[in-house]
Amino acid sequence: MDFQPSDDRRMLRDTLTRFLADRYGFEHRNAVAYSEPYHDPGRWAEMAELGVLHALAPEEWGGIGGAGFDIATVFEALGRALCPEPLLGALMAAWILGAAGAGLDSLLSGDTRYALAVDEAGGAQGIESIATFARRNDSGWVLNGRKSVVYGGGSAARLLVAARAGEALGVFLVDSSDAEITRYGMIDGGGAAELYCDNTPAERIVENGESIIRDALDHGALALCAEAVGAMDASAELLLDYLKTRKQFGRAIGEFQVLQHRMVDLMTEIEQARSITVLAASRMGSDGQSRTVSMAKSLIGRVAQQVAEELIQMHGGIAMTWEYPASHYAKRLVMIDHQLGDTDHHLTKVAAEYRG
Amino acid sequence: MDLNFTTAEIAFRDEVRRFLRDNLPADLSDRVRSGAELGKAEMERWHAILNAQGWLAVSWPVEFGGTGWGPVQRHIFEEECCLADAPRVVPFGLQMLGPVLIKFATPAQQREYLPRILDGRDWWCQGYSEPGAGSDLASLRTRAVRDGDTYVINGQKTWTTLGQHANRIFCLVRTATEGKPQAGISFILVDLDTPGIEMRPIRLIEGGYEVNEVFFTDVRVPVSRLVGQENQGWTIAKYLLSHERTNIAGIGFSVQAFEQVKALARQVRADGSRLVDDPLFAARLARIEIDLEAMKITNLRMLVDAQKQGAPGAEASMLKIKGTVIRQALGDLARRALGPAAAPFPAEALDGNAALVPPDHARNAMKYFNNRKLSIFGGSNEIQRNILTKTKLGL
Repeated sequence: MDFQPSDDRRMLRDTLTRFLADRYGFEHRNAVAYSEPYHDPGRWAEMAELGVLHALAPEEWGGIGGAGFDIATVFEALGRALCPEPLLGALMAAWILGAAGAGLDSLLSGDTRYALAVDEAGGAQGIESIATFARRNDSGWVLNGRKSVVYGGGSAARLLVAARAGEALGVFLVDSSDAEITRYGMIDGGGAAELYCDNTPAERIVENGESIIRDALDHGALALCAEAVGAMDASAELLLDYLKTRKQFGRAIGEFQVLQHRMVDLMTEIEQARSITVLAASRMGSDGQSRTVSMAKSLIGRVAQQVAEELIQMHGGIAMTWEYPASHYAKRLVMIDHQLGDTDHHLTKVAAEYRG
Repeated sequence: MDLNFTTAEIAFRDEVRRFLRDNLPADLSDRVRSGAELGKAEMERWHAILNAQGWLAVSWPVEFGGTGWGPVQRHIFEEECCLADAPRVVPFGLQMLGPVLIKFATPAQQREYLPRILDGRDWWCQGYSEPGAGSDLASLRTRAVRDGDTYVINGQKTWTTLGQHANRIFCLVRTATEGKPQAGISFILVDLDTPGIEMRPIRLIEGGYEVNEVFFTDVRVPVSRLVGQENQGWTIAKYLLSHERTNIAGIGFSVQAFEQVKALARQVRADGSRLVDDPLFAARLARIEIDLEAMKITNLRMLVDAQKQGAPGAEASMLKIKGTVIRQALGDLARRALGPAAAPFPAEALDGNAALVPPDHARNAMKYFNNRKLSIFGGSNEIQRNILTKTKLGL
């Protein structure tokens, strides 16, 4: 057993962390995260040049990584910096394109941004409720339906859309210039889009895509867990520093036991979050992948909210301000539970096995 | 990152499994599985089996008759024992006093006491807490006054677990009243048949007897029974408590309890329904399973650190807090799973009057109430938070 990162991953982590500290300082981050196009295309390209996207895909698809621990390494660093770049879409798209035998070169180089469109407005979480459908016309496939809150969908040149064709759930490639897209920013920074398909031309890249989509979503959920761990670590550092420096009643507020014990509880839960993320990363590609990812995403959803709420409460009023970084960490930590299935959704998936 | 055991560790695990399959008596594992308390003879029987294999003192070095195992091997052994429903090893001599004697005692004391722990001639109990000194252990007031070659002890100890089986007790006593409270404490070994000692049982919340109070009135103990230096007992006390915390996550107990609750919830009830099909119960169970899976990794991460550093770090306190909360939560579910049937008082708690309880009664409610102790003993979970505040947060 060994819980230390390999040399390659340590180098990746250090390189990316330095880059993010240098290029996504807090003011710059907020400037790009909350105004169109809700990220920084120039720095996206710089990050891609570092090989960060290549780390998300295995060698057989042209990448240099793709293991659970590679993905976790990248997203933990992104979470620590609250980086708003749309890497999640790139990750999930890579796992679909790779499984479909399609080329990934322009994705991995960063030249073409992809997003994955699965969720729909007004439906339950999960792929079972997908209503968007595909049919053939004279010139090929067309899609009809609406995809909702497509992360990175506003800045993507290409969208991978999950849609039904008869009994099969397929994956269809849509060029953003062919679709009606409404772009908007998110409460925690970064951008998403609504995608309206009205006989929108599409290329079918996977015919029976259910297991491929689930696999891509698992990878996405793992990435979000790691992102949350990074953001929780940064949050805890901010909070601990504040407890040591903020004075009330003539002493540092960290001297009050009521805050000390809550801080210990947060640290303990963050260690649990780190542990379950490590476990999920280790099980990628194994039989236990989906259930373990659901365990991780469920625990993370619960703990991230606790960290976010305590981060604000224990700081006091300062963390309610836009100007202070804690507020933005808190928002990201809470909203991660709104992406790719929340804590209850994944808890239900974990519990399903008991009926067996 | 590599979460797998090494080839050598897997071979060790298989060896442990084989040993347990061939040597763990079925009547003992049946009793453990049923949740029954074991009697003294049963515990001693299991100790003798382990001792014959040389596997009784898992945290002692080889030269003292221990296994010399590292943290990972100990973890594997304990996990396998739990999975096989083996009785737990009585910790007072083996896990608490043994490491203290090895670290602080004279060679003569080591020769006198350690072999007797291994072969079962001595059953030790712990004299730490007092009515006025629980979490604030350093405020203890049991006095030991030097009179020539003996100490004269007066005072009272409490929460002495399984003291009714013991012939000896290790005690923290006050040998000086000047300076900080921690500075005047000594660690001393006492024979329970010494005149002036009286042990009285304390009946606990669930009706069982596992702890006692011990009264000392002019008890004369030879000075040779002092371990370490006079007035340096606090160092020893802390060392003992840190050892007490190493396996305190109780992962094996939780894994065992989780499987029992799951099996219980899967049983088809009289009306054909199963509790596990109730989504709210299933969600409660899933939430604990997730915490437990995370806990296993947290535990392994800290074990690997301990293996490197040679001693458990302050993080052991995290394991204590989280591990006990998980065990209590599983006990809670085991009680809930029985519904109204959890309420009848089991026969042994009614002094053996079996006619007054249903034949298929279970001990789940007793266990639930008894398990409240987990977050209190070994340094309450609040004390663990104080420790972490200092060591981990630097506050």
